[in-house]
Amino acid sequence: MSGSLFTDVRRGYSLTGPAVLLFAVLMVLPLLLTLVLSVNVFDYTTGIKGDQYTAEHYTNLFTDPFFYEIFLRTFWISALVTALCVLIGVPEALVLSRMRAPWRSLFLVLVLTPLLISVVVRAFGWSLLLGNEGVVNQAIVALGGKPLKLLYTPFAVIIGLVHVMLPFMIIPVWTSLQKLDATAEHAALSLGASHWTVFSRIVLPQIMPGVLSGTLIVFGLSASSFAIPGLLGGRRLKMVATLIYDQYLAELNWPMGAAIAVTLLLINLVVMLSWNRLVERRYNRRLGV
Amino acid sequence: MTRNGPLALSFNALVMVFMMAPLVVVCLVAFTPENTLSLPTTGFSLRWFTAVFERADFITAFANSLKLAALSATLATLIAVPAGLALTRYRFPGQGVINGLLLSPIIIPHLVLGVALMRLFALLGVNGSFSWLVLAHVVVITPYVLRLVIATAIGVDRSAEQAAESLGAGRMTLFWRITVPMILPGVAGGWLLAFINSFDEVTLSIFITSPATQTLPVRMYVYATESIDPMMAAISALVIALTAVTMLVLDRVYGLDRVMVGKS
Repeated sequence: MSGSLFTDVRRGYSLTGPAVLLFAVLMVLPLLLTLVLSVNVFDYTTGIKGDQYTAEHYTNLFTDPFFYEIFLRTFWISALVTALCVLIGVPEALVLSRMRAPWRSLFLVLVLTPLLISVVVRAFGWSLLLGNEGVVNQAIVALGGKPLKLLYTPFAVIIGLVHVMLPFMIIPVWTSLQKLDATAEHAALSLGASHWTVFSRIVLPQIMPGVLSGTLIVFGLSASSFAIPGLLGGRRLKMVATLIYDQYLAELNWPMGAAIAVTLLLINLVVMLSWNRLVERRYNRRLGV
Repeated sequence: MTRNGPLALSFNALVMVFMMAPLVVVCLVAFTPENTLSLPTTGFSLRWFTAVFERADFITAFANSLKLAALSATLATLIAVPAGLALTRYRFPGQGVINGLLLSPIIIPHLVLGVALMRLFALLGVNGSFSWLVLAHVVVITPYVLRLVIATAIGVDRSAEQAAESLGAGRMTLFWRITVPMILPGVAGGWLLAFINSFDEVTLSIFITSPATQTLPVRMYVYATESIDPMMAAISALVIALTAVTMLVLDRVYGLDRVMVGKS
């Protein structure tokens, strides 16, 4: 099918056309509308004023402690979740990659399947484990301790998020481990390098791109997660996503909600793109490109 | 290859317990004979499963979710297959932008897209419409199909197509008899992955469903924030069972490790 340049262009556009059209109407357009909405004036009695513009929703966001505290909380929770996922996910991927044939795929599937099960179900499972009369507290009482308040605390949200995000860390690390050349490790070992030296000088640098892309995904998804803080954080422990939900569906202040949504999207995009650039630059330098 | 020591194996066991604990506890509590969320200690009962099937709202929500997932996965496949083939085979200006655009729903938070679509649908007066809900789902699940289509299309041996063409096969014959059979595993795997993602989607759907079009995850989310009784565990156990069956099919069709880890 080696058509001319012209047929290539025609076929390229006509085959991607339906998808591009759909994405323009149902993704690009609504995001632009939200951008406009976020600078529209809002009045609690008369509603949205589509022809009057203001930046007050954005200034509120940075001056009202109610708003920026939720942003800060979302940031530290996401950063902690990301760090925990690195600390658990990287060693787990290493352990998995050293397993033998049947066990390796069995455990890999076990660790990745929760990914395909509705997040509502998983959050509900954690609320059963962490509730006041949940399994964990029953175990504490049975061992002679006092029951702890676990559910509706940052602890519950962090545990729930790590559970949801761990597969997103393990997948990229696992993928980069598959590309590893085992002979380099053998060579280093036979030349007298310790296991730690082999790990830090040979394995780690090669899986770093996987770790970094996992970090990016986990942070981005945590910062915008909705169902986990909604179900495990309760009404008082808000994160940015549950705040947006409240602004739209409880306060009915859509422009304020839109301003928060736009800010979340921008922070997410900036973090992702700058992280990506940082990683690329570092690795290009190392490879001497 | 270095072997795992006892420390590594116990670490692995802990991670497995952590990953499985919430799912196992849900399945156990679903069989409780009590009225409270407790592990079945006195005996097993199916009363909460029976309770689920007596709830018309949950049955409707389940039917909505199945219909929505089947329709949106099919539509997503219908637009992603030609787009994926075009992106791998032809060179045209704007190719990179189009590729980025069609994969971007992966990095745009579903919540942001949800409120954005709620605004659009309110302006169009179509909020709560099932057809528009389907189209919204198509947008968020298309990247999953597209990625698998691109991955399989790159691996296809083009000489079979060239042979068929030189033997006089028309474009349609070429497409249906040569190209489609070769990319079929990727297409089928992508469809299933899209189906699962649409079926599980809650964050976007919560903003653009009405009581009549409410999906199962949205119904479950709302129910879990309002009241907590073992029926929620029974529904969750049913969802887990259904997902497990779908995964077995996915494994047969495309290979679970290829879908999840992206190995091709």
